[in-house]
Amino acid sequence: MPLLEFARGPALAFSAVVFVLGLAWRLYGIFARPARIDLSQARRADSAAGGMRAIFAKMLPPKGVKVRGAQMVNAYAYHIALALIAFAFAPHIAFIARHLGLGWTPLPDAVTYVATAVAIVGLITALVVRLTDGVLRLLSNFDDYFSWFVTMAPLLTGMALIERPYFPAPAVAPALPTTPELLAIHLLSLELLLLWLPFGKLAHAALVFVSRWRTGADFTRKGAAI
Amino acid sequence: MSEIDARHPIDFDSPRFTIKKPAVRHDQQGDAPDAERAQRAIGAFMRDMTRSAATYMESCIHCGHCAEACHFYVTSGDPQFTPIWKLEPFKQAYQREAGPFGWLYRKFNLKKNVTAEELRRWQELLYDSCTMCGRCTLACPMGIDIAGLVGQARHGMFAAGLVPHELHAVAERAAREGSPLGATPKVLKERIEWLADEHEVDIALDRPRADIIVTLSSIEIMKYPASLVALAKILNRMGASWTIRSDGYEATNFGLFSGNLDWQREMSLRVIRAAIACGAKTLVLPECGHAYGAMRWQGANMYGKPLPFEVLHISEFLAAAARAGRLKLKPMQGSVTFHDPCQVSRRGGATSAPREILNSLGADLKEMPPAGDANWCCGGGGGVVTLHRADEHRHRAFEIKMRQVEASGAERLATSCSNCRLTFDDGQAHYKWDRKMESLLELVAEHLAPA
Repeated sequence: MPLLEFARGPALAFSAVVFVLGLAWRLYGIFARPARIDLSQARRADSAAGGMRAIFAKMLPPKGVKVRGAQMVNAYAYHIALALIAFAFAPHIAFIARHLGLGWTPLPDAVTYVATAVAIVGLITALVVRLTDGVLRLLSNFDDYFSWFVTMAPLLTGMALIERPYFPAPAVAPALPTTPELLAIHLLSLELLLLWLPFGKLAHAALVFVSRWRTGADFTRKGAAI
Repeated sequence: MSEIDARHPIDFDSPRFTIKKPAVRHDQQGDAPDAERAQRAIGAFMRDMTRSAATYMESCIHCGHCAEACHFYVTSGDPQFTPIWKLEPFKQAYQREAGPFGWLYRKFNLKKNVTAEELRRWQELLYDSCTMCGRCTLACPMGIDIAGLVGQARHGMFAAGLVPHELHAVAERAAREGSPLGATPKVLKERIEWLADEHEVDIALDRPRADIIVTLSSIEIMKYPASLVALAKILNRMGASWTIRSDGYEATNFGLFSGNLDWQREMSLRVIRAAIACGAKTLVLPECGHAYGAMRWQGANMYGKPLPFEVLHISEFLAAAARAGRLKLKPMQGSVTFHDPCQVSRRGGATSAPREILNSLGADLKEMPPAGDANWCCGGGGGVVTLHRADEHRHRAFEIKMRQVEASGAERLATSCSNCRLTFDDGQAHYKWDRKMESLLELVAEHLAPA
């Protein structure tokens, strides 16, 4: 089986199944634990709303508490850039539309090119900081470095594919791309990301909502600071 | 004065009350073999593994923001004091034993079994260098309640018999005598008699029925008895129906600090039973931070059902009384800054109460930068102030407090936690600092409007 056919067929299907089931299993592992029933008299009754508030409030550093500002700005930059690349680039929207039936208007290619540069520089900066900062070096393990690698790989393999403008998006995937091997490698790198995401720290894409909501709800009940 | 426990004599001569510095430290209890200690620690930790705790265990992104919020890291620059790192063996155990992919971790030995040796190394991180102040929780972009998890990890450490010498000694004394500092019922009665006589004030003790049951901190009874007088003066002036009960007066809870849930429950139940026995509608907690968390937020859970009375910190009680016009105050002179006890303000939700009182006093409140929910801990909470070997960490952390106080420009300092006061007294003595922490309760008593 040619590599591209493998990447578009069984590899994509397998990685998508692992991604969905793996993430579902991880969340199930949390929700299957017993919930603590708090018998104390609540100070506030809007704990569910507090959970929602926390999801948004935690996007900004808390007032009066110093955080690692430059690191936070960099994280914001590459998270936004990655979102633009994944969901605003014409071929990626076409890919999503072909598989999920959902489509939307892409942004011009130039936006993605700038976003890619920001993401690559941001990720390299994050890695350098992780390797040189005492706190981050201590906290880091295989998960941190492998998660970095599987995030960076689709960016680099995608860059190698850019040979012509993709705006507006093609309605169907070209039957025979000019560089099928490179496209296959790009797809395989995405599939590696999908395979790893449920098992490592990249699952924070989903866990961020659960964790923030939990704290927001529990602390709002007490009237405590979020 | 009660007989001083010969094994662990309390040092009443130093600014900080704890047991005298042990000549030989015994930082582990019992004689269980190491493998059993590790197993007990993990077992106890996992027994508390609720949905919330599991969420937090899964969510750390290793960003390090929590380090910047921790006074022990900020003042030492030592990465091992990064709050989330203090939980590392327990994260490791969770992933191996209880996480959704635990079977994978065990099958391929991706996370190794936690050893007793590892836990011994972590004792300093979980006890000496964490006051469970929760500032790290505020900083965490994922919202992980690191302070709560440290409390849970301490349950594991207690089960393993790996509690620091002093903390175990005072907690054991509290479980045995009813007070960590020797303030037994007999001592309490003697002190109350003396204070009532000396200050010509009626201090209600052991009344069979009362609307309000007032609880105390051993630190107040032994070091700051003027607080008892202040309390009595205020409540008497308000014409309140109140009492202290010798069968349930001690609000500090060293079961909570040390990590012994049974002791924590027993200490809470003494107070709860006393409140029920006298038919109290309101239980007033003393100027003590962790007593608030232990009773206001954990008391009902220890009791197993909702408490049949309202629980208020003394600052909440006074603020409500002032608001309702039952407490009339005359204005105070000069400026004051307020040190927020972490467990009452940031983690307890009662940040506004002391400010309301200071407003009623017409005080010129000069807030520390930062104040309120983001305030820095004094460094002595979580039982840290009892540990001699933690003195260096604690004194370093206290430098932040001194800078905050000086930056406020206030003439006077006040707080509503006797443990914070104790820590300030010790810090003042250590640095020969010319500032004195005062009690908000005593400030109120000094400014009661003429009847």
